[in-house]
Amino acid sequence: MTRKTDLLGGPTRRTTLRLMAAGGAVGFLVPTLLGLPAFAQTPPEEPSGRIVVGLSQEPTVFNPLMPHIEVDDGVAFSIFDALFRITPEGEIVPNLATEVPTIENGGLSEDGLEWRIELRDDVSWHDGEPFTADDVKFTLELITDPDFRAWRTTGHDLVRDIEVVSPTEITWRMEEPFAPYLSFLTETFIMPEHILGAAEDPNEADFNQAPVGTGAFKWGSRQAGDNLTLTANPDYHGDGPYIEELVFKYIPDMTVLYTQFRSGDIDLVGQAYITADNYEEAKTLPDRTVTLVPRATVESIYLNQELPQFQDPAVREALYMAIDRQSIIDILYFGVAGETETYMPQQSPYYNPDLPKHEFDLEKAAALLDEAGWMPGDDGIRQKDGVRLSFVNSTTTGAHLREQAQQFIQQTLAQIGVEMTIENLPPAVMWGEFWGQSEFETAMVGITYLIGADPDVTNRFHTDAIAAQGGSGSNNAQYSNPEVDELLVEGARTFDTGKREEIYKQVQAIIRDDLPFLPLFLYTNVYGHKAGIAGFEPNVNTRTESWNAATWYWN
Amino acid sequence: MAAFLLSRLLQSVILLVIVSIIGFAVLNLMPGGPLSQFALDPGMTQQDMARIAEQLGLNRPFHIQYLDWAWRMLQGDWGTSFRDGSAVTSVIARHVPATLLLMGSSTVIAVAVGTWIGIRGATHRYSGFDYMATIGAMIALSIPTFWFGLIGIYVFSLRLDWLPAGNMYSIGDGSVLDYLHHLIMPSIVLALVHIAIWSRFMRGATLDAISQDFVKTARAKGVPERRVVMKHVVGNALLPMITLAGVQVPSLLTGALVTETVFTWPGMGRLFLDSLGYSDYPVVMGLLMFSAILTIVANLVADIAVALIDPRIRLA
Repeated sequence: MTRKTDLLGGPTRRTTLRLMAAGGAVGFLVPTLLGLPAFAQTPPEEPSGRIVVGLSQEPTVFNPLMPHIEVDDGVAFSIFDALFRITPEGEIVPNLATEVPTIENGGLSEDGLEWRIELRDDVSWHDGEPFTADDVKFTLELITDPDFRAWRTTGHDLVRDIEVVSPTEITWRMEEPFAPYLSFLTETFIMPEHILGAAEDPNEADFNQAPVGTGAFKWGSRQAGDNLTLTANPDYHGDGPYIEELVFKYIPDMTVLYTQFRSGDIDLVGQAYITADNYEEAKTLPDRTVTLVPRATVESIYLNQELPQFQDPAVREALYMAIDRQSIIDILYFGVAGETETYMPQQSPYYNPDLPKHEFDLEKAAALLDEAGWMPGDDGIRQKDGVRLSFVNSTTTGAHLREQAQQFIQQTLAQIGVEMTIENLPPAVMWGEFWGQSEFETAMVGITYLIGADPDVTNRFHTDAIAAQGGSGSNNAQYSNPEVDELLVEGARTFDTGKREEIYKQVQAIIRDDLPFLPLFLYTNVYGHKAGIAGFEPNVNTRTESWNAATWYWN
Repeated sequence: MAAFLLSRLLQSVILLVIVSIIGFAVLNLMPGGPLSQFALDPGMTQQDMARIAEQLGLNRPFHIQYLDWAWRMLQGDWGTSFRDGSAVTSVIARHVPATLLLMGSSTVIAVAVGTWIGIRGATHRYSGFDYMATIGAMIALSIPTFWFGLIGIYVFSLRLDWLPAGNMYSIGDGSVLDYLHHLIMPSIVLALVHIAIWSRFMRGATLDAISQDFVKTARAKGVPERRVVMKHVVGNALLPMITLAGVQVPSLLTGALVTETVFTWPGMGRLFLDSLGYSDYPVVMGLLMFSAILTIVANLVADIAVALIDPRIRLA
């Protein structure tokens, strides 16, 4: 079973050619929207040209099973394949597998415990060896090997009895039903058993510095601290690649990065994107395409629920009401950021659009606090039962826009008798124990909640995920609501998309009501690339702009 | 001579141990750590972080970590980078050529130009040139390197478009000419402050030499002025410069750190800043030791050179 699947949702080369033939001469006469003749919109027959992606952090981890950061993903997606990929619409499509397992097609048992995956038989590793089910088994087992320095193990730790049925079929059993696993597998890149398996210690293998994958691009060369060059894999099983070289160029300074985009040294601004203050100018650059793309990351103020003042729902609501969010978005973030009431990306089918809208009303906020019994004390700061409505807000030092937002919020809150002091920390300190063990009082933080496009947020909101109380997860606000706990457990066990939609919309409604965090805005990135690059498509469900570099080409 | 060498070596080793303990303590006693970069990652649990910390040996007591590190260091194993996953020595080795290239070219410029300015300033004391050189040196010494870098980029890259704004070479080019083109601005910027230092020292040393009796004697004997300067003055004035050269090596490294950042130069300076940002302790420690060794060796070599040339030093 080797159904050729269009991985990336766009037309394949063959379909494009067919469509063009059908269009015939009309295609040549009628200019396209971009004013280019239609024939220029077809990818080249042979990979040609080079695209330089500018990054503000350096990719250094090339084994994506090991701990890595966002910027390494661009390399992983280009060199490796996972069993599945995820489209910008959030649809999971086959990659190394031939189809996505569902209860309907028999890939999943009714209870979600038995998994069966059919694999492609036309895939080979960059060194020519064939890809088989053994590689998948090896990869899944490696992740949970206690000696291997795996990135994250959630989901994988539930996999039992992996069985290679044939080179193109693999089965396993899950310890308990876990619906998000399918999404997790879109980010689980398959490793070659014949290379990594032969290494004495996979943590220190040479492979990790010169990886061999099945992806559209092969490892080329690396000039540490400067760039990484990947070359086209002509035997790639999917669409593309259409460019000969994909270069990731490391430019640590955001201003220099933008300058080099402007001067044409880099073709595409990746990962860090163009800073908001340069957006207006960037739009006017000739031969550049500059667009705003909402991301899945939400900037918010986390309220540590352990503090007595934040246990009163009226306080959380009043604080939210007293934040002039629109001004922060419009003035501090140059109107680039988006509004949101939830942690769920707006492109997600699980996004709940019916949540109450934020309103900025200082009088109402003050009245709310009066009503709840928080009355101004001698120093003008409200208090109740000996607890002052005062707290520390922390974020990372050096993030000047955040610091400005803090000061702005501090001033507005002061107008309703709430005292907020600012104590910022360097990133390495902020995101250490201080954040992980919920030692902060309130924190200004940008968080991506989802893995792939799965709506599961157990890790962030389940009571058992409060690390500061010995739980397993990253519920740093120490948020606890039995109703949410129940829904999250149910959601993770449910494979029916319709039912899951209901569950997660309800979770969002409860969390919007409880306000363990006060949403400030949705991250919106300013993407920029040379106008001649075709095939570039942002994908909110992955962490990298280079997720589909295989289908990029020069017009 | 042997006793002198031995005592200097012993001092150097003690110094290295002190540097390593201070460096290790400062890095490891800071809150946070190399894993905090993963804290906001979706799906990364505190348990995953604890597991990785355990695998990396980060949760051991400070002194155990230090002794383990020091023991391996003595055996030539400088540890493994947390971020990169490869050996610290190879991480550093990958960045050394870029820094050496930059330091080398800027040293050549600094020594050549600085010496020339110094000698000319001393031999034409209180001339227009001398005043210009003095003012120029004061400016170069008092304005930070990064400012010169930014001005250079603004003027020569953005306005005039003569020189590249950064990087060591253009992607897809990488010819010798391309490297040179990229090298011009950063090496001149890095050289500026050293030109100032060299020229001031050289001026002073030359003036000292000029006032010596043998110079007067040479002049009295009717030796041509040019020959007096070249043979008697410069030769003697260069001696104290050897010590200066030893002291200049570490400050060149420090300067490279700033220059590399401004010009996105992929050398050790940038590596140091990056590694600090990611709390990549093994690499930071490696670089710290590397530059400490470099500094000590440079000073040692300078001392030996001076001692060899001038026996009075050894006797003193």
